Amino acid sequence: MTSTLTRWRAPAGYALGALLLFAVAPALLSDFRLGQLARYLCFAIVAVGIALAWGRGGMLTLGQGLFFGLGGYAMAMHLKLTDAGAGQLPDFMLLYGDTSELPWWWEPFRSPAVALAAVLVLPMGLAALIGYAVFRRRVRGAYFAILSQALAAAFAILLVGQQATTGGTNGLTNFQGFFGFSLLDPVNRRTVYFLIAAVLLLLMIGVRQLFLSRYGELLVAVRDSEERVRFLGYDPALVKLVAYVLSAGTAGIAGALFVPAVGIISPALIGIVPSIQFVIGAAIGGRASVAGAVIGAVAVAWAQTTLSEEFPAAWTYFQAGLFIAVVAFLPGGLVSLRRLLARRGPRVAEVPA
Amino acid sequence: MTTPDEPLKGLRITDLRVSFDGFTAVDGVSLTVGPGDLRFLIGPNGAGKTTLVDAVTGLVPATGSVEFGGTELLGRPVHRIVRLGIGRTFQTATVFENLTVLQNLDIAAGAGRSPAALLRRRKGVPDAVARALETIGLTDRRGDLAGTLAHGRRQWLEIGMLLVQDVQLLLLDEPVAGMSHDERAETGGLLRRIAEDRTVVVIEHDMDFMRTFASSVTVLHAGRVLSEGSVADVQADPRVQEVYLGHSPGEPVAAPAGGSAGGED
Repeated sequence: MTSTLTRWRAPAGYALGALLLFAVAPALLSDFRLGQLARYLCFAIVAVGIALAWGRGGMLTLGQGLFFGLGGYAMAMHLKLTDAGAGQLPDFMLLYGDTSELPWWWEPFRSPAVALAAVLVLPMGLAALIGYAVFRRRVRGAYFAILSQALAAAFAILLVGQQATTGGTNGLTNFQGFFGFSLLDPVNRRTVYFLIAAVLLLLMIGVRQLFLSRYGELLVAVRDSEERVRFLGYDPALVKLVAYVLSAGTAGIAGALFVPAVGIISPALIGIVPSIQFVIGAAIGGRASVAGAVIGAVAVAWAQTTLSEEFPAAWTYFQAGLFIAVVAFLPGGLVSLRRLLARRGPRVAEVPA
Repeated sequence: MTTPDEPLKGLRITDLRVSFDGFTAVDGVSLTVGPGDLRFLIGPNGAGKTTLVDAVTGLVPATGSVEFGGTELLGRPVHRIVRLGIGRTFQTATVFENLTVLQNLDIAAGAGRSPAALLRRRKGVPDAVARALETIGLTDRRGDLAGTLAHGRRQWLEIGMLLVQDVQLLLLDEPVAGMSHDERAETGGLLRRIAEDRTVVVIEHDMDFMRTFASSVTVLHAGRVLSEGSVADVQADPRVQEVYLGHSPGEPVAAPAGGSAGGED
């Protein structure tokens, strides 16, 4: 009885999620609100990767903005070049640039294939390099978190400093088209929303399968006792590396989808503060569960928009308070409330008649 | 040393030295453990027993030579030494508390799995895991979280995790510490069964346990081998009586040569 219930709970949950995302939300929300939801879903995609790396792997990824930014800028550079047309410079370069030539590292992003590949290859490749160096040296815990955060900050500062080639503080914005479709057309903007919702659901299912695989069990084992896993003949550095690289890849995808959905990517969206906010959403919802992290990320982003419209000054304190309360009293996040309530609630007769 | 014949897969340690910041914890130890032996490693606190096992398993750098079945172990990383068929436990049982008994054993059995196999879900119970569950007597608790097991059963689970790895040499660090009398007896029986087709080295403080189950004994003292042989040989050795059994037989862990303190066992 309970086994059939648990077997069908996850597929039912995903079906319900798909129904909400593909039918209910588009029917009820205005184009403006649907666009906002698309933005929240991008944060939710980042949270899927955080659930993998932090929730299961124990790596506090406080610098996902770095990978989000790499994916976002790769996509944005392609869109800017396409908007400008063949042989032309992106508009901001004409304003701030001191050269009439496109920097060499922009050139490959003209090709849609290269740009799409870069959305995955840049974040995952960089994460592989960082992860290999860091996990080999057995850097973990707070040191890993601080290092991640420093890298995100460094990337944001680097972008600000290169105004002529990266748009500086303004970032890249004002995109006209998305692979041949005009982003000014509300129908196409809805399509971008559906694309994001589909990617989110697919990644959730994929990462959930990973949780249930032997690798998922191994990752929990590494989180709980890295030394012990080493004594079973595994290299824990490699186990962690896989989760870290995959989480970087999801953040890159999220960044790339964020660009057409929101119409901007800038250093302020990828630095320390957004990096921390990615983690807060996952922590509040429940970092060890894909659904928990996703719901938390959407809820926090939604609350931020709504509450900061009403009480702009109070939001930061509210968010910090919520984060502290959850981490201190509910380390499993809000999804663990259900289990807690089930344990506290009156025992339903489990004894067979 | 007492067995000059070349064993099939035995452990041969030659002139092993381990130093920490000028303190020599293991000072030129040479010993040979033949295949199928159930060797007990005893000695007062600070004698270098755990450090010796650390050196064999690659946790601390050492000089000299450690050969297992003719393969040199020193200088290899920990997980490579494990793959040569050498497993160990620690003084405090470390099992994965958030995973079930079955998952613990399955992970232990899987170090050689391909990435593709890792990405699939576990279906059923692998044979090696089922056999280990039977040997350690935890078959009926295989679905329970390891964190809910009592202390003794955790130690058995940890031993089971070595069995599924198909290790040929088990190095156990005080496996019966903190166990009840009955659990000790069961653990001893378990060790005997395991030693039938493997080599087992046990670090132990419990003299009764050692007397009941050891096939052979090596006594370490201040980082050196003091005595080696059968339980009777060792007990009759006056040097052992002097440093180990101490002033009165009632104080087995009294260490007159306390000057070698520092290497916590």
